[in-house]
Amino acid sequence: MEPLTRIQRQARPESMLLNMGPSHPAMHGTVRVMLELDAEKILNAEVEVGYLHRGFEKTCENKSYFNLLIYTDRLNYVSPLINNLGYCMTVEKMLGAPVPERAQLIRVLMSELSRISDHLTCLAAMAMESGAFTVFLYMMKAREYLWDTIEFTTGARMTTSYIRVGGVRADLHADWRGSLATAVRETRKVLKDVSGLLDKNSIFVGRTRGVGVISREDALSYGWTGPCLRSTGIPYDVRKAHPYLVYGRLSFEVPVGEAGDNYDRYSVRMREMEQSLRILEQVAALIPDSAPLGPGPALEPEQALRRSRTARATVPIRLSPNLEGSEKARLAGLACQEPPVAVPAKEDTYASMEGLISHFLFFMAGKGIRPPKGEAYFSVEGGNGELGFYIVSDGSDRPYRLHLRAPCFHIVAALEQLIKGRLIADVIPTFGSMNMIGGELDR
Amino acid sequence: MGQETLIEAIRTRLGPDLEGSADSFGDLVLLLRAGSVRPALAALREAPFDYAVLLDLTCVDFAASEGRYELVYHLYSLSRNVRLRLKASVPAADPSVATLVGLWKNAEWLEREVFDMFGVRFEGHPDLRRILTYEGFEGHPLRKSYPWRLEQPRIPLKDDV
Repeated sequence: MEPLTRIQRQARPESMLLNMGPSHPAMHGTVRVMLELDAEKILNAEVEVGYLHRGFEKTCENKSYFNLLIYTDRLNYVSPLINNLGYCMTVEKMLGAPVPERAQLIRVLMSELSRISDHLTCLAAMAMESGAFTVFLYMMKAREYLWDTIEFTTGARMTTSYIRVGGVRADLHADWRGSLATAVRETRKVLKDVSGLLDKNSIFVGRTRGVGVISREDALSYGWTGPCLRSTGIPYDVRKAHPYLVYGRLSFEVPVGEAGDNYDRYSVRMREMEQSLRILEQVAALIPDSAPLGPGPALEPEQALRRSRTARATVPIRLSPNLEGSEKARLAGLACQEPPVAVPAKEDTYASMEGLISHFLFFMAGKGIRPPKGEAYFSVEGGNGELGFYIVSDGSDRPYRLHLRAPCFHIVAALEQLIKGRLIADVIPTFGSMNMIGGELDR
Repeated sequence: MGQETLIEAIRTRLGPDLEGSADSFGDLVLLLRAGSVRPALAALREAPFDYAVLLDLTCVDFAASEGRYELVYHLYSLSRNVRLRLKASVPAADPSVATLVGLWKNAEWLEREVFDMFGVRFEGHPDLRRILTYEGFEGHPLRKSYPWRLEQPRIPLKDDV
């Protein structure tokens, strides 16, 4: 049979070919690394991706702007809120829709929670694969606290779909300050513990210092962004270079490394989490407490509907508990109120004919969010780097083309070069420090 | 460098290769002649423009309506902190363009992705294979002519490494 891969065609007859993956304990996600070996030394490598290709972009072309949001959750599934954000802000850029201040602050809060959980997951897996299982458990524990905070508000740990075009879906959970304070405190403790366990650990340092080194020029040439690029000393961070939301008003630093090796990628991520904790505290102080909703007599939706035939809706309506936080009184601070941008208030939908019509005008095929003709690119700082969306609109309710600029894709493209000439054991921490996320890479 | 002076400088440098410029939701867009994509991007990579990063490469299918595929390049200049979008149209009947491999290292994978998804050939690419789908996949899934839920034929098991 004709050899299918480049490495098979080029391999010397005396060298050994070895497959790592696509299903391998250290290949989190599914990716296949083919190695041409001379004993333990890697002469040549080939990375094959595509095992998680689900046709994200094709699916988006066939969904309305509102409906495709759930697919963005499933890109980088460790920090889904940042994907939501990137997509929503691209559409908002095309619509020119203003986002209320409170929603912007909540978005920053959610982004930073996601960023920390993203970095924790990356480093936990990297440390575990280098033999430090304790670190894995510690970091997973911290991540649970962060995800608790996210879950209280969004109702889900990963498939959140919480950040919506025009704002956010609902207000923060009533006790968000308590859960956030716990999460910040526990994460700080874990970071300190992990720092103590790994920073000068000779096994960890031995496997990461001077391994997987990339030069600044190569990192730029490969289109690296995010913590991986910053580990080489280039302080490029989308939050600083092109400030979005309220990042311009917050004070935080962009940690950089020097050598561009695995250890620097670890250390940059550790320091970035500390900065993100700082941002969380600043944003929490900026978000005002939401005004309590007046008790008032609450009508059941059926009663309200019956009443609406004879009288204007004046009495508040009892909403289903899973709509908690998106009451009409709060919605003004949470989402853009211009008609076809965000979902109209449910109280109106349930209680008045006009409300019902505007509900249908949002959800009917051919109606709803329809950005003007043209194309836009917008990017946010994701866990792995610049997460960009390129959307081409033909003026209809579905994107003509939606393309994701996945930071992972560019980073994993460099893996072949980084492991060439090294030992098999070096593949593990190098791959681990890149934080490949299959969902984002393959789309 | 202001927007106007920048466009003027690029126009001087690229000459007739630059077919026009546009503004799209506040982003600067330049239209290139498809035949000169490689020299034009090579020139933009150098000083004074210094677009050192190839941020992204993708393609848009206008085959049915306008008989062309549109290649979209995003460049980023670290020193000037600005992005630039360049577009070049290739005929749908024979979509091909010069490769950027040799200028940027990520071009190899980005171009493989566009080839895989759209069937645009990149002349001079050293290893133009499918990347997200597999050998034996029929068609190019992001073309508009490819149905959304088309089933692919089963392929025989590989007698592989």
